[in-house]
Amino acid sequence: MIAAFVVLNAVLIMVAYMTLLERKFAARMQSRIGPYYVGRPHGWLQPVADAIKLLLKEDIVPTAADRWVYNLAPIVFLVPCLLIFATIPFAPELGVADLNIGVLFFLAVSALEIVGLFMGGWGSNNKYALLSAMRAVNQIISYDLPFVFAALVPVLLAGSMQMSAIVAAQQGLWFVAYPVIGQLAFLAFLIATLAAENRVPFDILEAESELVAGFRVEYSGMKFALIQLAEYAHMLGTSFLGALLFLGGWLGPGPAALGPLWFVLKALLIFLVVTWVRWSFVRIRVDQILAISWKLLLPATLVLLLATGLVVALRGPGGA
Amino acid sequence: MPETRQVVEVGYGGNERLMMNMGPQHPSSHGVFRMILTLEGETVVAVDAVIGYLHRCHEKLGETLTYVQYPSIASKTDYVAAMTAELAYVSAVEKVAKFEVPRRAQYLRVIAAELQRIASHCLWLGTWCMDMGGALGGGATVFLYCIREREMVLDRFEELTGARLLYGFHQVGGIRYDVPAGWDKKVRETLDVIEARLDEYEAMLDANAFFRVRTQGVGVISRELAQAVGVSGPLIRGSGIGYDVRRAEPYSSYEDFDFLVPVETAGDCYARYRVRMVEFRQSIRIVRQGLDGLPEGPISSRPGVKSVGQVRVPKGEGYARVEGARGEVGCYLVSDGGPKPYRLKWRGASFSNLAVLPYIVPGHKVADVVAIMGSVDPVFGEVDR
Repeated sequence: MIAAFVVLNAVLIMVAYMTLLERKFAARMQSRIGPYYVGRPHGWLQPVADAIKLLLKEDIVPTAADRWVYNLAPIVFLVPCLLIFATIPFAPELGVADLNIGVLFFLAVSALEIVGLFMGGWGSNNKYALLSAMRAVNQIISYDLPFVFAALVPVLLAGSMQMSAIVAAQQGLWFVAYPVIGQLAFLAFLIATLAAENRVPFDILEAESELVAGFRVEYSGMKFALIQLAEYAHMLGTSFLGALLFLGGWLGPGPAALGPLWFVLKALLIFLVVTWVRWSFVRIRVDQILAISWKLLLPATLVLLLATGLVVALRGPGGA
Repeated sequence: MPETRQVVEVGYGGNERLMMNMGPQHPSSHGVFRMILTLEGETVVAVDAVIGYLHRCHEKLGETLTYVQYPSIASKTDYVAAMTAELAYVSAVEKVAKFEVPRRAQYLRVIAAELQRIASHCLWLGTWCMDMGGALGGGATVFLYCIREREMVLDRFEELTGARLLYGFHQVGGIRYDVPAGWDKKVRETLDVIEARLDEYEAMLDANAFFRVRTQGVGVISRELAQAVGVSGPLIRGSGIGYDVRRAEPYSSYEDFDFLVPVETAGDCYARYRVRMVEFRQSIRIVRQGLDGLPEGPISSRPGVKSVGQVRVPKGEGYARVEGARGEVGCYLVSDGGPKPYRLKWRGASFSNLAVLPYIVPGHKVADVVAIMGSVDPVFGEVDR
């Protein structure tokens, strides 16, 4: 109970500062400065100011909206995005619940976010939101499969679904360094992550130049903040998963007490790669997104998974 | 001429079409423009374009203002490339009145027009990428880069005319301001920077597979359609017709300059992008030639402005056209001998280019609509006038 409380609050604070990190990072890329004046130096109070602003904003429910669905959607969207942190251990014995099916739990719960997305898009009773919800279902279903397959590669290599066991199996060699298979799986994982997180170039749900803001176009105030929070929490959770599956989790030089620090740094590295991609690519079209998934990514990850199975059968599990 | 309202068949399995309004207030309508899209799923099967939200009676206004007053108002038709309309207006007046324009003024007009083309194309590239990449994505990055370059050109305009957006640089018979000391050196430096940055844009966009799949084969304007609708500028040059007013009917000493008119044959968004990227470089070339060969002499054949009614134009009518950043901008003028024109008619390049939308949009996805819109590069001040 206490562990869950601590993890939840740590995640929320991290999410708030992730937005600042992203804004600063994007500003650097675009030869700007980014947030600066709210909390000198470098706008370190900006996330707090944003949160207060959103709290104080008027909460609007459109007359035409399906009230129940509309009001429930942000919560339905937020819960799975926070629940994924339940199985992530931040160091050996440091986490909420290190389930023996941790990876499966993570994948299953993170796939549930689509329900909230669709409820938001449908309940708003807005054509932009509806189109966005349609795209959401298309995209997330298409990319969940390659996402799962890519995440299963380390599971096969480690021979366990327990997160801590997967990290333990990387003592000798991080899975991203595993010859050929590791790099390909990591790449597929990153691409599928971009799509699962609805980030550019796969951000057709939001698509503010076509669908204004997509499924969240009618949301304001705290409901909007919850949706935003859920998206970033999901992004953070997926980054943690990536760091755990491929980058050796809390393994790193120095004493074991530094473990959580390494883990967070690795997750932030993945987050920054995602951000880097976001601010350098244009968005692609819905049919092209589906084509990439079904024609390229899905067969590729399937073959990769089979190959991994073969390797494991011949050489036995383990990173070395 | 094909039917205006086209409805395409896409073999849709559903039983209901969705009507969706894009605009008049929409993040990607470059101004105020309303498209009523008929959707079958994600596919646009028909589009109804509604214009007129920015109508300001520009032609009537032109009849109430004198030849001295109107040039600085003319710049408000196409506010992104303000020099173009000013030039078209004063050219029309000079044609009717048979005023001479000193060669130095002609050269400076060319320099201003080409710098304006660079500034305008900067904004086009930025906003177009933002349409495709989003204000929260790679598009915004290109946008901010482009605005950085546009600002540099606007700084040069500020030094020349004292204004950054709407200049009032031209006057009947010449131009109003001569170049300040050291201006040509600054312009050369600006051009060098922009030329280098253009390579960066191309590295960022041409080599980007996502950018290419979004633009290649999208929004194809065939050669026949381009001629039938009467598009001009980069649109017609992207469809395989090398028509450029600067070549077809040189004005303001353009015959002295050496430049290429780029032509692409594919007619898609990518072809239009390529045309404009070459135009960037050709404009830089023209400005450099203009600065090198800038003749000495007066900048206007008319005395300086003392009263608003001082320019009188004999009875007659005439049409002058110039190649703006968006295409052919024409001004038709009828004079009854007074200090104001009797009738003024604008041919806005954006207006004629926009007319192509209902032919090329149906059959594309919603996401392509904004890509096509951006590649047409309309400015609604010029469409609605």
